[in-house]
Amino acid sequence: MKNEFKVIANLIEKDKKVLDVGCADGTLMKFLKDNKNINIRGLEISKEKVQECIAKGLTVIEGNAEKDLKQFPDKSFDYVVLSQTLQAFLNPELVLDELLRVGKKAIVTIPNFGYWKVRFHLLLKGTMPITKTLPDEWYNTPNLHMCTIKDFFHFVKSKDIKIFKSLALNNLNSSIINKSNLGVKNLFADLGIFLIEK
Amino acid sequence: MNTEKNIKTLIVKKPLKLDCGKTIKDFPIAYETYGSLNSKKDNAILVFHALTGDQFITGINPVTNKEGWWSYAVGPDKAINTNKYFVICSNVIGGCMGSYGPSHKDPDQKIFGTNFPVITINDMVNAQYNLLEHFGIDKLFSITGGSMGGMQVLQFISNFPDKSKTVIPIATTSSHSAQNIAFNELGRQAITADSNWKEGNYTSNDTNPGKGLAVARMAAHITYLSKKGLQEKFGRKLQEREDLKFGFDADFQIESYLRYQGSVFVDRFDANSYLYITRAMDYFDLAKQFNGNLSEAFKNTNAKFFIISFTSDWLYPTQENKDIVIALNSIGADVGFVEIESDKGHDSFLLDVPDFLSALKNFLDKSYEEN
Repeated sequence: MKNEFKVIANLIEKDKKVLDVGCADGTLMKFLKDNKNINIRGLEISKEKVQECIAKGLTVIEGNAEKDLKQFPDKSFDYVVLSQTLQAFLNPELVLDELLRVGKKAIVTIPNFGYWKVRFHLLLKGTMPITKTLPDEWYNTPNLHMCTIKDFFHFVKSKDIKIFKSLALNNLNSSIINKSNLGVKNLFADLGIFLIEK
Repeated sequence: MNTEKNIKTLIVKKPLKLDCGKTIKDFPIAYETYGSLNSKKDNAILVFHALTGDQFITGINPVTNKEGWWSYAVGPDKAINTNKYFVICSNVIGGCMGSYGPSHKDPDQKIFGTNFPVITINDMVNAQYNLLEHFGIDKLFSITGGSMGGMQVLQFISNFPDKSKTVIPIATTSSHSAQNIAFNELGRQAITADSNWKEGNYTSNDTNPGKGLAVARMAAHITYLSKKGLQEKFGRKLQEREDLKFGFDADFQIESYLRYQGSVFVDRFDANSYLYITRAMDYFDLAKQFNGNLSEAFKNTNAKFFIISFTSDWLYPTQENKDIVIALNSIGADVGFVEIESDKGHDSFLLDVPDFLSALKNFLDKSYEEN
């Protein structure tokens, strides 16, 4: 399981009710279910991935987060997880609002466009950056609204969303992000992980 | 129609009050079982059949000598694995494969015909509930069915919220739409317009309203398929001829196919049963039973739901299946949902659609492991 999921799993206490939005093949869900006794649900747009989840015995709803989150009642989950997908929505702000309505807390991870490799790629090569976390070409990337850790940090602040924990992830190392090291983390982390609440 | 041989029957002694106000008692429910009930009695699956189905799900139907209607899904090592599960299916009341219906005789030994009480989906499941008692099953492992079978699934878990661990409604709806009712009415009109129908008082095979029933089946059959599926299978291909004949014979393969579907249906189905069962479907509106709030129908159950629809099903389209998912989610129920890609229309659930069959199998087997 990738390091990102381990960090996310560490943020969630045992026996909670969790919704994994864009749960893909259910790797994180299965881990949470087996190791933390989590009452876990998934929402996934790809039929193929939904089938993979069913084969793992996971409860998944085929659907689109932009349309289908509205069916869940307010604060019906302890945590709602959104891993590296926020930037792919037509309206990320709306999705973020929905995550925080449905979940008592939300865990959102974003691929960091401020990562030094991304900046160097654009600066030196003059072409759209391609990295491990951003593997697609500009013409086929699902990402519509790329942002940096700094952007997201300011964005949630401006919306009066409370940040409980923000973590910078670079390969296997995760470290706390705070106001004073924001600039540095924004340069050296390729992924940001935020535990938030509204 | 000889429906006596090879039919297992449970006589329900307890009176059953029907939605129409009448009460029936000492009535037969014809059923069939597959696989065996384990000692813990925790491996039973109750399957509900659709409009023209019956209790003979898989293997050779001993009455029609044709393959059972869900042979693709049910059997040894199939999606509903009869090596593992004990599968029960019964003919709905109002039907014509041995359960109490319009072709039965009233207490005065006169065939009911249209004097049989109008029944509902609710009546059907209340009657079938007696099978649990008969087999000494306290809680089913699963209930499932497609189309009208799915309606019974929804009604059953609403009526008996703690009687099944898992619930799998397939290609169905919680409320029959105007379009659904319209197609059923077309079928009923075809039957009642046949001069042999005689207000339902036909008595022998020779004088039954076969033509009307065949037309009803032909019209309904079109609704079970998709435009794309029809086009790919038949297109404008001609039936055993080089060119158009400038007449009203079956020039096109699709015409011949529909005529064939109509004619074989008449051999195995009773016209009055067709009236009764389509009526039961039309009356089905689960939300209305709970003052318009579908979620209320499921508020007392902890069962695990898995809802399946098909992309090309325009009779019970994905959105109507999703409405059930939404109602369940709004009360925090345990519900999964998948829409299966298929161009085989509403009939997809009866056919060899591998993604569907594997989803069904995985859901059942994984849920049973967690038992």
